[in-house]
Amino acid sequence: MINTMECAMDAQNLISISLMKIHNSRTQRGGIKLHKNLLVSYVLRNARQVYIKEKYAEIYRMQQYEEVMTVCNEIQELNPLDLDADDRGEEEHERASCCGEGTSVCGSACQRSAAQPAAHCRTASVLPGCSPLEDGGKEPEPSYYRSCCMETSPVSHCDQFPTNSTHCNKTTVLDLDTHIVTTVENGYLHQDCCCDASQCGQSAQSPAKKRKVEFGCCMSDAEEVSDFTAVRKRAKREDCTYSNLDYTDTSNISNLISIFGSGFSGLLSRQADLEHICSKQAPASLRAWTRAIVAF
Amino acid sequence: MAGPGGGSNDVQWCFSQVKGSIDDDVAEADIISTVEFNHSGELLATGDKGGRVVIFQQEPESKNQPQCRGEYNVYSTFQSHEPEFDYLKSLEIEEKINKIRWLPQKNAAQFLLSTNDKTIKLWKISERDKRPEGYNLKEEDGRYRDPNSVTALRVPVFRPMDLMVEASPRRVFANAHTYHINSISVNSDYETYLSADDLRINLWHLEITDRSFNIVDIKPANMEELTEVITAAEFHPNQCNTFVYSSSKGTIRMCDMRASALCDKHAKLFEEPEDPNNRSFFSEIISSISDVKFSHSGRYMMTRDYLSVKIWDLNMETRPVETYQVHEYLRSKLCSLYENDCIFDKFECCWNGNDSVVMTGSYNNFFRMFDRGYRQDVTLEASRENSKPRSVLKPRKVSTGGKRKKDEISVDSLDFNKKILHTAWHPLDNIIAVATTNNLYIFQEKLN
Repeated sequence: MINTMECAMDAQNLISISLMKIHNSRTQRGGIKLHKNLLVSYVLRNARQVYIKEKYAEIYRMQQYEEVMTVCNEIQELNPLDLDADDRGEEEHERASCCGEGTSVCGSACQRSAAQPAAHCRTASVLPGCSPLEDGGKEPEPSYYRSCCMETSPVSHCDQFPTNSTHCNKTTVLDLDTHIVTTVENGYLHQDCCCDASQCGQSAQSPAKKRKVEFGCCMSDAEEVSDFTAVRKRAKREDCTYSNLDYTDTSNISNLISIFGSGFSGLLSRQADLEHICSKQAPASLRAWTRAIVAF
Repeated sequence: MAGPGGGSNDVQWCFSQVKGSIDDDVAEADIISTVEFNHSGELLATGDKGGRVVIFQQEPESKNQPQCRGEYNVYSTFQSHEPEFDYLKSLEIEEKINKIRWLPQKNAAQFLLSTNDKTIKLWKISERDKRPEGYNLKEEDGRYRDPNSVTALRVPVFRPMDLMVEASPRRVFANAHTYHINSISVNSDYETYLSADDLRINLWHLEITDRSFNIVDIKPANMEELTEVITAAEFHPNQCNTFVYSSSKGTIRMCDMRASALCDKHAKLFEEPEDPNNRSFFSEIISSISDVKFSHSGRYMMTRDYLSVKIWDLNMETRPVETYQVHEYLRSKLCSLYENDCIFDKFECCWNGNDSVVMTGSYNNFFRMFDRGYRQDVTLEASRENSKPRSVLKPRKVSTGGKRKKDEISVDSLDFNKKILHTAWHPLDNIIAVATTNNLYIFQEKLN
């Protein structure tokens, strides 16, 4: 494990520095040094791991806080009598959408009168690929929610298939010449893939414009329940707003992390994906950048 | 052979000479990139970033000054490599001399191999101290005479002349390396040598330039799966079938050429498990081995990584038998050293003649010696301030924390632009050559 003293801020700096080193190596006399760039890619990988870990922890804390706040608001708004009827109706829907074995367990947990565990349960059930509760009698704990979220870690999931473009429909690249971040789509949406900025509520933009990436938005719209839709959309908008605050740095670095997902291989795999998927949209200078690295 | 002590508790080192410009403004071409004594120690070769090789020769010991071993003076200077351009890849090939290796002397001439990133050259350095005179058809200055003016014939004879040292390229071994050459090593059979780049090692015959055998290839089928590169390689000093190569992951592989033509499968793998407590962002960088050297006996080998020197017994693969910390105080500075690129510096290391002491460089023009027998170490400095003839070098100390004692230098005061990457030890005597950025310092043992 990386020494935890190195916080996300250091990781972010290291990522920037490392990318600059790789960029500068293009113009160094004698050609690109394979050994040095390999070592830099290791630093990138290590920094990325720490950065993502911290990011998840941060997002989880934010979501935890917002969930609690929204539920508290709901409790204040809703009539206590109406709450039970709504729960029963939503339980049916949730049973249908909840994954296999955990259905009855989830449902029994939902039957508890408190809205908070229900909210947790529903949220958890909506996450794709969530594992069933082991102990149905207990309330779903925050750690369960976290483990669901962490297991379907979006970026690493994308990175597991660096060359399989059907899973990762979006590729975000940074043109080191013009410093424009471009997202390339191939039109195929996968539920598990987090790199879907449209869930943030943004409309389709031209590729040349910068896009935001949400780490936490793993939820499919189809699973939302009507009463919670407004809540969740509010939460998402707040997430988007939150990310707007440090949009430039955080989103750029988030995007870049997706490139360097598998260490050195990230550089080459993205080149292959880009050329294969969307040759028209990728700027010519980007190719020069990746070509230089592949040149040797 | 080095003196009975050979160790730092007996030996005091004195300044002998310094070569190179005094000017603080260093021209990049003058940066020394390699230093190597020949097998007798009489010749000392340096290579620089400008592609030049300068050879110094030791003067015979003077009877007037028996306390002083002979000085090294310039013997020959020649341009070994020129900058080239690879038109196919649109890449410039640097002329910087990466390594020089001497061949054992077989006749009056000296031979050395010098290499840049792509091409290895065999140079013959020969002396000429007489020249033929009395040609019939040529004047003394070389102009041709009119044959009609020749009235009598004479036999040309050799007459003495001022000593002239000529360097001529005898072989050029080119186009065998796609990646940057980092090492060359002459085999103990004196017929073959190896050259290593980031991913491959080739075996050459000294007489044959148009082909070489590939003996190690670690290039993955898919470059995306690349995880390590070759950083150094060397033949065993006695066993002509054995060589080792080190990797950027901190491992050393020993290969036996008798086992198979392609030595991808190692005979031995030397690796020390990483200490999990020391894990950091830069663990991979500081574990990368920058140099590997066999002991003269062939029983041990030494490796240098960023912070330490390790001695390995060839019979034990699991861990080194000795580990010496060169500048452990830099471990907390790795982030800054990464930013200013110093963390990528490739330090070399060397053995003394009887394998009792090892030496390596550090920053602030410091260099370190570790006495294996007495378990002592010393830090010395190569600087013009200590350059009075035969002045004894004072040991230096870096204060690692707390109160800084007098004469100690704090870690934050170290000059990281002044680094000693290349050092060499005379094969027989206690004479060392230490290269700072653009100067070559020669130190000798103080003789009473």
